[in-house]
Amino acid sequence: MPSAIEIDNLTKDYAVGFWRKRPQRALDGLTLTVEQGEIFGFLGPNGAGKSTTLKLLMGLIFPTAGAARILGRAIGDVTMHRSIGFLPEQPYFYDYLTARELLDYFARFFGFSGPERAQRVSAMLERVGITTAADVQLRKFSKGMLQRVGLAQAILHDPQVVFLDEPMSGLDPIGRREVRDIILELKRQGRTVFFSTHILGDAEMLCDRVAVLVGGKLQGIGSPERIVSVKVQGMEILAELPDGRALPEKLAARATRIGDRWRIEVPEAGLYAALDDLRTAGARVLSVAQVKPTLEDFFFKLLGQEKKPDFA
Amino acid sequence: MTTIPIVAQNTFREAVRDRVLYNLIFFALLMIGAAVLVGQISIGIEREVILSLGLTAISVMGLVMAVFIGVGLVYKEMDRRTLYAVLSKPVRRSEFLLGKFAGLVLTLAVNTALMTVGLLAALAYVERGLSGADAWAIVAVYFILLKLALVTAIALLFSCFSSPLLSIVFTLGIYVAGVFAPDLRQLGEVSGSRAIGSLATALSYLLPNFHNFDAIAAAAHGRAIPGALVAQNTLYAALYIAAVLVAAAAVFSRRNLK
Repeated sequence: MPSAIEIDNLTKDYAVGFWRKRPQRALDGLTLTVEQGEIFGFLGPNGAGKSTTLKLLMGLIFPTAGAARILGRAIGDVTMHRSIGFLPEQPYFYDYLTARELLDYFARFFGFSGPERAQRVSAMLERVGITTAADVQLRKFSKGMLQRVGLAQAILHDPQVVFLDEPMSGLDPIGRREVRDIILELKRQGRTVFFSTHILGDAEMLCDRVAVLVGGKLQGIGSPERIVSVKVQGMEILAELPDGRALPEKLAARATRIGDRWRIEVPEAGLYAALDDLRTAGARVLSVAQVKPTLEDFFFKLLGQEKKPDFA
Repeated sequence: MTTIPIVAQNTFREAVRDRVLYNLIFFALLMIGAAVLVGQISIGIEREVILSLGLTAISVMGLVMAVFIGVGLVYKEMDRRTLYAVLSKPVRRSEFLLGKFAGLVLTLAVNTALMTVGLLAALAYVERGLSGADAWAIVAVYFILLKLALVTAIALLFSCFSSPLLSIVFTLGIYVAGVFAPDLRQLGEVSGSRAIGSLATALSYLLPNFHNFDAIAAAAHGRAIPGALVAQNTLYAALYIAAVLVAAAAVFSRRNLK
């Protein structure tokens, strides 16, 4: 079984400057493989080269060097597009069409019969939650609704590999959960999902593996836990104190007040001593959790303190 | 290859929903109505006036549509990024291009047919019926349509790599030069400078010869248009359009989208 995606030394330079002589490298020798059935996160701050990579894979732009294959076929092979779906970043569609007409138009390219097209389009409209607006022209759609239409056209034809560029963009929390559910459902069906995002929480929640791209270069690849290391940094205690009572002095230095509650961070070895101190002080312990580095911590560390990435 | 009709149908649908086209058709029909009025004050030559002005209105309005819509056909899709979702489907860029061309030519054919019906209705009203000589007007309209298809192909070529404003300038420039192709050839023959003469002659053959597509005067005067000219213009247009579309496909296939 071929890999879903094989990228080998993919490089893209753009000619900039007045005489277009100065090349600017947007992607530098990217090499990675995504196996079938994976949910693969492609992470990086704005300008990292994520969208450039997706555009190269879709054949919208051409590589300066390197190659890539999807399901064993070269990226220039248009017939391979029968097996893939693509949601562009901030999708633009023909605004004079309704959602139903747009999906029907795209479905025609796959040779479905009239009744099958109608059935698939209706099912897709329901799946992404825009049935009530199906016959409204897209020029009247909000950004979130356009994003849903974009997702629908990407998975309408049951593709083997789905490419999503910032799939959560423009969606409210309910919409984001629905998209997460759709991605998980695709995985259950054995599809491969390759999605780029700068929302690290989504990547941690969904991805089997992630690749981290900064400045066009691959910085790391692996499961989210492996990327950030599983080493526990400490323990976090959430507690409430009765009126008039104060935190023990040795805990006060490690505590942050959040409304009526206290958040106390202690080393793993000192957890039980801290709990004893809180019990003596008459505190009510609400929760105890491990403090582990997140992908966001990893990114900040990677980019250095002085260079804040543009994350959601 | 079935993608071409799919893209063509959608391009036609876009044109139908674009209200600007209705304004152009209305304006053309208005000009035909005006021709009827002018014909009323041109005693004895009403038919010639109506056909001349009417066919000219159809030609000019068609040209405006072909140029202004043609130059945006591909450019607009690239600029608005509506192409991204389309090209992620099993659609070759060349098929997409041919589909856009076919869609606009279909639009022009329908619009031209509507305007021709209006013209013939105006003629029938003034002449109290149509005569056999009026059939040459249909041939003249056919030549106009061939011309518009060729202009569309040229506009489409520029649309693949140039901004709309420059594309309009280039397309109209080539059209005007093509209308004066015989004069350019004559310049080549009579020019004192060998270099200029050779250049003028070469250009007169390279540029599309739009002069041959003008049968308005013949139709207006009820003169027969030879079958050989119809065959020649059809073949010439087909070959020239094919060459321009091949060039457009070559340019578009290598274009990095933004």
